Amino acid sequence: MRALPIIAGYALQEALRRRIFHVVLLLTAVYLGLYWLGADEAFEEVAQFDDGPVEEQELTGGTLFGLSMFGTLFLGSVLAAFLTLGVVRGDAERGLLQPLVVRPVGRGALLLGRFLGAAAVCVPYVLIVYTACALITRTAGDWWPDQFLRPGVQLAVGVLVVAALGLLGSVFLSATANGIAIFMVFGAGLVAGLLGQIGEALNSETLETVADRTSWALPFEALYQDALYRITSESRGFTGLAIELGPFGGSQAGGTNLPLWTIAYFAVVLAATLAAFSRKDL
Amino acid sequence: MVPALLVEDAAKRYGRVVALDGVSLEVQPGELVGLLGPNGAGKSTLVKIACGLIRASRGRAEICGAPAGSPPARAALGYLAELFRFPGWYSADEVLRLHQRLAGSTGGDGERGRLLELVGLASARAVRVDAMSKGMQQRLGIAQALVGSPPVLLLDEPTSALDPAGRRTVRALLEELRNREIGVLLNSHLLSEIELVCDRVVILSRGRVVAAGRPEDLSQARGVEIETDEGIRLFPEARRDQVPGLVEQLVREGRQIYGVRVLATSLEEEYLEAVGGDTA
Repeated sequence: MRALPIIAGYALQEALRRRIFHVVLLLTAVYLGLYWLGADEAFEEVAQFDDGPVEEQELTGGTLFGLSMFGTLFLGSVLAAFLTLGVVRGDAERGLLQPLVVRPVGRGALLLGRFLGAAAVCVPYVLIVYTACALITRTAGDWWPDQFLRPGVQLAVGVLVVAALGLLGSVFLSATANGIAIFMVFGAGLVAGLLGQIGEALNSETLETVADRTSWALPFEALYQDALYRITSESRGFTGLAIELGPFGGSQAGGTNLPLWTIAYFAVVLAATLAAFSRKDL
Repeated sequence: MVPALLVEDAAKRYGRVVALDGVSLEVQPGELVGLLGPNGAGKSTLVKIACGLIRASRGRAEICGAPAGSPPARAALGYLAELFRFPGWYSADEVLRLHQRLAGSTGGDGERGRLLELVGLASARAVRVDAMSKGMQQRLGIAQALVGSPPVLLLDEPTSALDPAGRRTVRALLEELRNREIGVLLNSHLLSEIELVCDRVVILSRGRVVAAGRPEDLSQARGVEIETDEGIRLFPEARRDQVPGLVEQLVREGRQIYGVRVLATSLEEEYLEAVGGDTA
């Protein structure tokens, strides 16, 4: 494990020096600017509405911030995917991996180091964007989530789940194929959320079950839904009902088993990745 | 003495394809062994088994007595892959520093400077890899393989991208490694290079060893040619040890001797005969 910090540092340097990271930073700046503009406009418009059964400011704040959380999860997942999609097979095909693997490093340390390197970029990124969106929402509409820290951490953990899946895929698939696979998996999670929302509206138990199982099979979706639930957990009445419909899949409390399940999921995915990598011919 | 590299009955199958079929070879400390063979003969597979990059379907490989791929084996190994790349955003110095840390080398700045000088990259220390020519990258790859002064070196086509001057530098380097008691397995397509520097040659074809020995033992005598004042005289059955007698006889006959050449088949001819039609 002596090599673990060396590989993590190497992965971190690689991530920060790659052009893709600068592109992501630029896109994020544009995204935050547009979010600020949109939030400002939205809060200004709802301020002119007549008083009704719904608290407009709370509904607008919850909806906008929920949307921003989806954007944050998406951007974080893009970053995680780019940092992990070519770690094994992609790097081996380009000849980058062999000089490292023949060193007295250990394949486990190599994989874990690459994962930690990706985490060292993705986690701060997600937390910074999440906090920036919360501050923008507060500035534009004087709205603040009911719970702040835990939903942000859950989004970051959700992105780490995507990174772990990217790492697993990189053992079997070429970089391009793995990139496509990661986004298909991400899309499957999103669709599961939408199905759950439709199922709830139609009162379809089957759709709700499918959505529920899929979001647990892809826990970044379950973590996102739980995070959505937590930002408006204290909303009641018509406002709470309107918010519960929520953006992009609706909010859903994950329950006490979600953290345990997420830890177990990480353990299984990383163990499977290591088992496959240790048997792989390079 | 524990061999620097020992391979016994190594075989590798990819489904129905047999890449390597029971190859055995040894490299002693301070010995330079050349690995020859046509494309697809199994040379790179053999080198990768020795590095622990791929697992043999049968047989075993050891580096300085440790099973190939084990931490002690990897600690004793320097490896230059046939197809390799370093991150383009690293400088030459950063590449070597990373490998020093991974290899646990305590050589520090001094070792990096020495290695870069050894491969002719002393002035390119701060140059980024993506600004280097292919030849410079290959020389950096050789320097990387030498980090930590490993007792065994596995070099897979180390001169394929080098110009003649670069090849000469590598040849001189290989001879210096031999003097330092480092065992080297050199996989190359360049027969002339192997002939010039290697103590022994192993020729692979279709995953098997088809010829092995010292380059001079592999070649066959083709007679002696003596240049006299009457022109060139060929003695097709004569051997090297008969040269003094032949010269003495010609001098007695009143001939002026201007030159003597012992004729033998070249390594290239022996190689082509050994691999037969296997030129894939």
